[in-house]
Amino acid sequence: MEINQLTIHQTHDLLKNRQISSTELTRAYLERIRQVEPDVHALVTITDELALKQAERADELLAAGDASLLTGIPMVIKDNMCTQGITTTCSSRMLENFVPPYNATVVEKLYDCGVVVVGKANMDEFAMGSSTENSALFTTSNPWDLSRVPGGSSGGSAASVSAGECVYSLGSDTGGSIRQPAGFCSVTGLKPTYGRVSRYGLVAFASSLDQIGPITRDVTDCALVLNAIAGHDRRDSTSVPQPVPDYTQCLNGDLTGMKIGIPKEYFVEGMQGEVAKATRNAIDQIEKLGASIDWEVSLPHTRYALAAYYIIAPSEASANLARYDGVKYGFSYQDTTSMWEAMEKTRQYGFGPEVKRRIMLGTYALSAGYYDAWYLKAQKVRTIIRREFDEAFEKYDALVTPTSPTVPFKIGEKVDDPFQMYLSDVCTLPINIAGLPAISIPAGFANGLPIGMQIIAKPFAEETILKTAHAFQQVTEWHKRKPDI
Amino acid sequence: MKLSRQEVLHIALLARLGLNEAEVDRLSQQLSDILDNFEILQQVDTGDIPPTAQSIDLQNVVSDDEVAPSLPPDQVLANAPQKEDDFFRVRPVLE
Repeated sequence: MEINQLTIHQTHDLLKNRQISSTELTRAYLERIRQVEPDVHALVTITDELALKQAERADELLAAGDASLLTGIPMVIKDNMCTQGITTTCSSRMLENFVPPYNATVVEKLYDCGVVVVGKANMDEFAMGSSTENSALFTTSNPWDLSRVPGGSSGGSAASVSAGECVYSLGSDTGGSIRQPAGFCSVTGLKPTYGRVSRYGLVAFASSLDQIGPITRDVTDCALVLNAIAGHDRRDSTSVPQPVPDYTQCLNGDLTGMKIGIPKEYFVEGMQGEVAKATRNAIDQIEKLGASIDWEVSLPHTRYALAAYYIIAPSEASANLARYDGVKYGFSYQDTTSMWEAMEKTRQYGFGPEVKRRIMLGTYALSAGYYDAWYLKAQKVRTIIRREFDEAFEKYDALVTPTSPTVPFKIGEKVDDPFQMYLSDVCTLPINIAGLPAISIPAGFANGLPIGMQIIAKPFAEETILKTAHAFQQVTEWHKRKPDI
Repeated sequence: MKLSRQEVLHIALLARLGLNEAEVDRLSQQLSDILDNFEILQQVDTGDIPPTAQSIDLQNVVSDDEVAPSLPPDQVLANAPQKEDDFFRVRPVLE
């Protein structure tokens, strides 16, 4: 197999056995980036110089026997995580020239492991979207079919792993932004439990929902990256002070005795037949591995999750994005002496259409006279949805659903209809509402286009998810298929 | 439900978001459509259900009061559109 399609653990073996140096590996990836980037457009910034410097340092660590499993391995970071000295644009005109003065905690942790950063990934502006078409910079293409979207908002993160531009990447997930693009690009993407990974230095979108996680080529890699980034951080008061297990220890392929529920509401109206079929076939595989499957689980309030999410997330976004006033950093309209005009024009020219739509929707839902009917109502529905999940997890270890109702759609297909675009997250966003961990793994193809399967567990039960997904990957080959690019 | 141009302009003012004429028209239409789809929320009986603001049990997290270095002013101000000495420069608030 090509070197640029190996997993972290395979690449680590090559590095450890001196079959390749990190510098050679990094050059190979940079060459691959030059080759495919004109077609894929996954990266906002290519960090060659930094990468080669980090590779040199990694080679020293490897020579000294001080290497971790991630040392010297090229990776990509979504462009909403702060990287000191490297622009962090959020794919927005507002932050196009923003150079953070500090590193996000996840970036710091990965630097401590000796990783090699080859680039920053394109995304929907401020992580708002499901296709990367909301990027103010450019649209990323799906490596499986360049006329289709890679999903979003972490579309660049998923496409770069799929196209062999890096070994793994970091994404962020507010309503499905790791899992839906992972499904669309046929890679493995994990949204950890809310509070499992520090968000210090992650540009805020919806603070009660945002979570950082890995996008990788297999489940073992997912566990390895989670090992490196999970844990409490005093700089993020929402990170939970709970010990971090070694997530690779649970990967033993044995699902005997495991109880898995299939919530029927997730096979939604409008779901493509191939997606439902592939997911059902994948669930049959899981059953053969020893798990017992209950096909008749019902979470009746699932149908209200989309509306609740698209009230709560924009409300929080409207508050978070109030900070972009043209005074402290970011784009700033200068051609006026009026403070208010400067602020309004800064935001008018700095934000793209979807960001404006969400700021408006959120401001409306929080405004006097509408707060009770919309925001408070959505928060109460949120409680009901959480309780339904709590009850389900008293009976089942995990729930399995499709990741998205469709295979990747055409670029341009949904841009004029925001509500249709929102429906793309219908299977993933209930999980953020409840703060649960969930993974998307490759589960099949329809006419050459990827289909993802989602595995969900209770809070801090990432091990249950990884164990199930890993067992599935031991007996299937979907995750080993690579796009012809 | 229909959001009028006037309501859109009112919300934009609350959000300090400048909009051109075309954007006001488009948002009036799109937000109305989106909210129509979300009317479904009103069907849910939320009687005495408490609201959820976030999904973990942590409350009132406090950290130890430790002295630690902060970023130096030049780094804090490095991205400032306008600055003067060690300060962000702003336009007059009272005119």
